Amino acid sequence: MEIRFRHDVENVLKEAREQNKPVILDFSAAPM
Amino acid sequence: MWPDERVARFVNENFIPARVHVKDDAAAFKKYGEQYNAQWTPTVLELDPNGEEFYRVEGFLPLDDFRAQLMLGRAHMDFKKAKWAEAEKRFREIVDKLPNAEAAPEAMYWAGVSRYKGTQDATALKETAKSFTQRYTDSSWAKKASIWA
Repeated sequence: MEIRFRHDVENVLKEAREQNKPVILDFSAAPM
Repeated sequence: MWPDERVARFVNENFIPARVHVKDDAAAFKKYGEQYNAQWTPTVLELDPNGEEFYRVEGFLPLDDFRAQLMLGRAHMDFKKAKWAEAEKRFREIVDKLPNAEAAPEAMYWAGVSRYKGTQDATALKETAKSFTQRYTDSSWAKKASIWA
């Protein structure tokens, strides 16, 4: 299992409202 | 931390995961870094479904401490929504699964508070204070709970 981080934050926030689900927002400088 | 199977399962079950990379996506970092006041990396925010921050983890942590912090934030979200039974379950899970994590004493404190809030039975606080005489005795949370003894 892996975490599929999304980068479209605006859409994530919109979906969170629609699904009533919390969000993890990771600010990272690690190599991708 | 993120590749760990237990972290991944917890995140996928409880959140929609999103990432802003400070260099590779500088425009998003400027926008959301300012919006959420993220001045340093790593910064991990737990946002409620309305996008409001309810928990923040800044800086590197060893795996178990990181897991515990993620779980603690999620438990606090239930607490703030007055979901006392769910919050207590989540706080106790931290103490049970990660008893040596730095967040464990705080989780034990709030588990007791959650039980009290849900039952209005002051015994929950007394029992929590008693638990702090046996575990995490040097923690600041033990001091906070001592008033309930």
